[in-house]
Amino acid sequence: MKILIIIPALNEELNIGGVIDDLKAYVPEANLLVVNDGSTDSTAEIAYSYRATVINLPFNLGIGAAMQAGFKYAERNGYDIAVQFDGDGQHRADQLQDILNPIIDGNADITIGSRFINKGLYDAELPRLVGIRILSRIISIFIGQKITDPTSGFRAVNRKVIEFYSRYYPDDYPEPEALVLLHRAGFRIHEVPTLMRKRLMGNSSITIVKAIYYMIKVILAITIDIIKKVPGR
Amino acid sequence: MELITLFATIINIIIFITVVELTRRNRLKERYSLLWLFSSLVMIWFSASRESLHLLSRVIGIQYPPSLIFLLGFLFLIIINIHFSTIISELSDQNKTLTQEIALLHETVKIRRGEGGK
Repeated sequence: MKILIIIPALNEELNIGGVIDDLKAYVPEANLLVVNDGSTDSTAEIAYSYRATVINLPFNLGIGAAMQAGFKYAERNGYDIAVQFDGDGQHRADQLQDILNPIIDGNADITIGSRFINKGLYDAELPRLVGIRILSRIISIFIGQKITDPTSGFRAVNRKVIEFYSRYYPDDYPEPEALVLLHRAGFRIHEVPTLMRKRLMGNSSITIVKAIYYMIKVILAITIDIIKKVPGR
Repeated sequence: MELITLFATIINIIIFITVVELTRRNRLKERYSLLWLFSSLVMIWFSASRESLHLLSRVIGIQYPPSLIFLLGFLFLIIINIHFSTIISELSDQNKTLTQEIALLHETVKIRRGEGGK
């Protein structure tokens, strides 16, 4: 099975090298693709020097369009499985086999690494935790399946989903939105317990106001996804 | 013809001529000028013809006929703006696809030249 690990990265020169090394140690059989989403630092050069394949978007398109570029690459180069693995170091390569297995065994079309299934408490700011909790309730109701970690970007998909994503992938809040779209297109979604790190370098601070604002926007986006015309499988 | 009627009509005629002229000089595409042309023609008609303005006002129950002019102008602007939003969405979609395509092609070219990362 050809496996592609897509690593979206925006100004991650401090983390990207470690991420690539980590992945090479744990999943040597997979190919690594860094999608450089218009970084202004030396993310691309470092990724090259660590011998990853790099796709350079000439300017910042956002995580959704960057990931879709990666899925298009996977689609054109005949990959059977594509993994999304963040370039900021919060995902752990030693957890990757867990999200790959259900795909390899054919038990799921997409797997999501969840921080909230039985693996102890995930340590994050309270507004973020509350936000994820509310969002997970709403999405679970919308798609009639319990989803504990709808914003997790640690995911693996099979060939059918790669093809689907190449045609259509949401731009604005791709992680939660993709779940609704995949569910509507009839794909099987599985969550797998996973461990994550806090960000290695840099910070992604989140305040209560930001969390509420984010929630409102995401809820609007997924509500529209429910009534949207979705391309077929 | 009252001065205000003349004034309103002239303004709308100027808008109409401007749109026609921009289209003629290829600075505005025909497909984007149609809504403007249609709107300004309707506005010219209702600015110039007091009878039509009063008739339509009575039919839809507007007490003060000149406000119908504002209503029409406002509605046309809303329609034109929604139309523009759809065009912007289409353009940004095309822009995204092109950007992805360039990045993917660039990588392919690198590999062909033997400069690829892997």
